[in-house]
Amino acid sequence: MTKSNLNRRDFLKGAASVAAVSTLPLSTVEFAFADPAQNFTFAYISDAHIQHIKGSQFVYNWDRGLIRAVAETNLLEPRPDFVMFGGDLAQLGSKAELDHGAEILAKLNLKPRMVMGEHDYYLDLGEYWSELFGPQWYSFDHKGVHFLVLNSIITFDEWTYDRWPTAEQRMLEMAALDNPNGSPFMVGEKQRAWLAKDLSGVAHGTPVVVFSHSPIQKIYKGWNFWTDDAEEVQALLRPFDDVTVIYGHVHQIQYNQIGNISFHAVMATAWPWPYPRAYAQAESHMPKITVPMNRADPFFERDATGWQFINLKTGRVDMAYNLYNNTNRTVAYNRKTGRPEDTKYQAEDDRIPPQTQY
Amino acid sequence: MRKTVFVVLLGAGLLTAAGVLSDAGQEQSTPLGLPQVPIPEDNPQTPEKIALGEKLYNETRFSTTGEVGCFTCHDQKKAFTDTPLKVSEGIEKKTGTRNSPTVINSAYLTTQFWDGRSPDLEDQALQPFINPVEHGLVDYEPILAIVRTDPEYTEAFKEVFGKSGEEITMREVVLAIASFERTVISGDSPFDRYYFGGDEDALTEQQKRGFDLYRNEGRCVSCHIIEQTQAIFTDNRFHNIGVGINGIQGDVPELAPAFLEADLSRSEVDVEVLTDPRTSELGRFAISHSFDDIGSFKTPTLRNVAVTPPYMHDGSIETLKDVLIHYNNGGVTDVGDRVNDFLSGGIRPLDLDEDQIDDLVAFMEALTSPEFEPSADEAGGK
Repeated sequence: MTKSNLNRRDFLKGAASVAAVSTLPLSTVEFAFADPAQNFTFAYISDAHIQHIKGSQFVYNWDRGLIRAVAETNLLEPRPDFVMFGGDLAQLGSKAELDHGAEILAKLNLKPRMVMGEHDYYLDLGEYWSELFGPQWYSFDHKGVHFLVLNSIITFDEWTYDRWPTAEQRMLEMAALDNPNGSPFMVGEKQRAWLAKDLSGVAHGTPVVVFSHSPIQKIYKGWNFWTDDAEEVQALLRPFDDVTVIYGHVHQIQYNQIGNISFHAVMATAWPWPYPRAYAQAESHMPKITVPMNRADPFFERDATGWQFINLKTGRVDMAYNLYNNTNRTVAYNRKTGRPEDTKYQAEDDRIPPQTQY
Repeated sequence: MRKTVFVVLLGAGLLTAAGVLSDAGQEQSTPLGLPQVPIPEDNPQTPEKIALGEKLYNETRFSTTGEVGCFTCHDQKKAFTDTPLKVSEGIEKKTGTRNSPTVINSAYLTTQFWDGRSPDLEDQALQPFINPVEHGLVDYEPILAIVRTDPEYTEAFKEVFGKSGEEITMREVVLAIASFERTVISGDSPFDRYYFGGDEDALTEQQKRGFDLYRNEGRCVSCHIIEQTQAIFTDNRFHNIGVGINGIQGDVPELAPAFLEADLSRSEVDVEVLTDPRTSELGRFAISHSFDDIGSFKTPTLRNVAVTPPYMHDGSIETLKDVLIHYNNGGVTDVGDRVNDFLSGGIRPLDLDEDQIDDLVAFMEALTSPEFEPSADEAGGK
């Protein structure tokens, strides 16, 4: 392999030069902490839904989405400090799917930290997933930020243990949308007790970031864009100055501010969901400040999927969405208004028709 | 878009500049199947300017060897390409990295070059003169020296722009070249006569089957666009279709960040992509710095495609059939090759059979304009 002659060349720009319009999310990275060494970024990939067909066959489209996100994440410069995977690695929770997904994720330069999704969980209640990836809830500190990972997709014991004749049926019931046999997600008492204990040792001025699969807020119950004990979890987070919750599951851009807590959804690498208020007949509570994604062009199978690049330079999350065949978006916390806002499309007048005509 | 529209001075089949000149003043309609040519407000067409542009286009003194002109790689006799060369040859037979795109109908494109690094024909015309493997000049001084002193040029620039001596700059030179290129318009293919002209007999039965596949299972039309009243056969967008990039996949983690770090000016990019084969394969990424564009190139027109082999931005595929096999395989030339990580979401295995592929090739052959149909002699020699 020959060395590129581009490396670190010091060019004098001639009159013909034009400013490069960088659409890379890394354009959002700035040094802001007092000690620049404390600045960091991380990447977030979610909802790959790797689906087994038979033998060595997997759904091509879902494979390609995860493969691409992994390859692009590896190109990020500056390097992210860590990579998160936000849940639903598998479609129906089988060993074949989890193994195949783990194999694709293994190409990441950094070992990802994992969040449990319901598609990973309800076949064997997370047993094989835990064997591969470790604990289902945990916390860690990184450069002055306290991170928490929750398993937010558990539900009532009766539904989980007593209702279904087979594990396969339980998995399928939980995977279905608008399913009258479904059951709402929750963090649960046991995990909330752990959370309270974990947070008791954290100073209130420390930025706190929570990763969950379902939103720790209530948007639309029929698709489980919902966590039943969201209010109790929010209450535990209330004493902290800067709290951010990042969730997967919804396969679309969403953001919200409830009190001191900022909420951000991440994209799927598999497929986009429509917005509940545009699709569901039932009432939904889409956050008012969310500016929807562009409507996708279905010819381009990656359109309206993507992954994200996150910086925490202000102690709050600036979420840069890398969207294929589409316009990249950045949703950043605005200190003046005290909420996350799209850096380009927040004002009504700035929206483009595909964002409003669903 | 604030562009005025100029009525093309050419009838179908009358493509030469001689035709332009002799027809000057006689407005004729746009060839069947094409929209009106967009003309920038700051560069209105005049017959004199077009004639000057053609002279400049065919000038060989604007190169270090005195042998290379625009026409070298964009030859009218070869449908304004340099077929059958794989990649273009500039001074001293130096080769670049990319297959010569046709000038025909380039007036409709919203960006120029395979990676779209130029916004219009005027800007495009500036780059090859000072590229080390094309015209090879170090700067534009040799060109300006000629156009400011050669009597034929001084007279023409005076007439067209009312300028002489130092007032003549590269701006005037490229305005004229672009004006000429905007007359290189060609439609009226058998497909146009069938689809827009209502002539049922213009296509064979096989070609009609191919056209159906083109719009349906073949998924061709999503990028090579055909509209209700016109067809320029491109979406003016950039796609990674698994050509070129497939050969440098292992190098992308080294190349892409290095390119971002260097943050080159556009002229520097021009040199890099034509002299470093690996960098060339980054495609549109070199310009946009967007991951979405890694290994992606502009959708080319398909008009006259049957007479301009080989294919793809690097000329790496020799026949139309092999091109279709590449698409049928979902973005790999040989079944079983590794699909590149950055493949466009529009490219997927098509599951077409041999007959369907032949039908599609037959349809491609119906996109040749009459003036570029091989003569009976040439056809007989095949």
